[in-house]
Amino acid sequence: MVNYIWVGMAVIGIFYAMLTGRMEDVNEALFKSADDAVMLSISLISVLVFWLGLMRIAEVSGLLRKLTKLLRPIVTRFFPDIPPDHPAMGYILSNFTANLFGLGNAATPMGLKAMEQMKKLSGTDEASRSMITFLAINTSSVTLIPTTVIAIRMKYGSAEPTEIVGTTILATLVSTIGALLVDRLFYYRRVRRGKG
Amino acid sequence: MTFVTTVSTWIIPLLILTVLLYGTWKRVPTYETFVEGGKEGVKMAISLLPFLLGMMVSIAIFRASGAMEAFVSMLSPVLAFVGIPSDIVPLALVRPISGTAALGMTTELIQTFGPDSFIGRLASTMQGSTDTTLYVLTVYFGAVGIKKMGDALKVGLIADFIGIIASIIIVTIIFGT
Repeated sequence: MVNYIWVGMAVIGIFYAMLTGRMEDVNEALFKSADDAVMLSISLISVLVFWLGLMRIAEVSGLLRKLTKLLRPIVTRFFPDIPPDHPAMGYILSNFTANLFGLGNAATPMGLKAMEQMKKLSGTDEASRSMITFLAINTSSVTLIPTTVIAIRMKYGSAEPTEIVGTTILATLVSTIGALLVDRLFYYRRVRRGKG
Repeated sequence: MTFVTTVSTWIIPLLILTVLLYGTWKRVPTYETFVEGGKEGVKMAISLLPFLLGMMVSIAIFRASGAMEAFVSMLSPVLAFVGIPSDIVPLALVRPISGTAALGMTTELIQTFGPDSFIGRLASTMQGSTDTTLYVLTVYFGAVGIKKMGDALKVGLIADFIGIIASIIIVTIIFGT
């Protein structure tokens, strides 16, 4: 599906530019975005190196295992096919914790480590059940404090920049629960078709 | 507000402090371990590059050609009919595709309608309660080389839709129209 979306956006865009005569803009955007992507990857290096380095200390020292133990009863329910003591669980938990506090740049490296561990578990290049669940929770965003939005609201002179924290948490809660339900629904459909 | 800002500025340094002190207490060779773990980060960022570049270029073409605008204005009347305020429709459609575009739109909506207007609050809530599904999928699956995504994209997009509808209902109940 991602193949179709990817090709679709580019092809529709090029055809549309033919019709509207915006080919010049497309050319410019094409190379600028390629540039931006390189810059983004490079700037990710700093974040990834820092957090993965720190996380390694947490892992070796046993801190990560302690955190896992604390939150394990809840999270094992979401990921029944991951053994409770597997390192994947620790990274999943750290990713959720970082997301909760809006530490986006700390959450990504931990999410990547979690994926890596889950891939080791499944051993294929196909998304496993737990990977899909993990992504569903991540895409529905589990932020408690939307710092960026608060900053924008402050900039435009809101009387109460943080008043949206409550509504955001509620909406996040609904979308995360929704994501988990939809995820389960799709999972049982896969099982019924015999490829769970 | 002061509490929130204090929490968000203190949390990272405190986390670092905890990890470093705990590591030292457990006699972990902290610096060497840090470097060893960090090396993985370099590899990861580089392996991500093609995935990010491919996705970002495709989105850029879609946007620059004006096709994204056309797509949004085509769907607007339909969604407005369902009761989704027409001003928020573009943001709702773009949020799963592009994080930067969505942040730009949120900023624009807040600027135009005011942060404390219904649309301003709705845009803020929507921006905070969903994530860019396409980006999350690209990065997470790209880094570890998952080629078959299974139902991940469908699940993600449906979750986005649920989040958007939930934002509208919740903001309407709490702040009124």
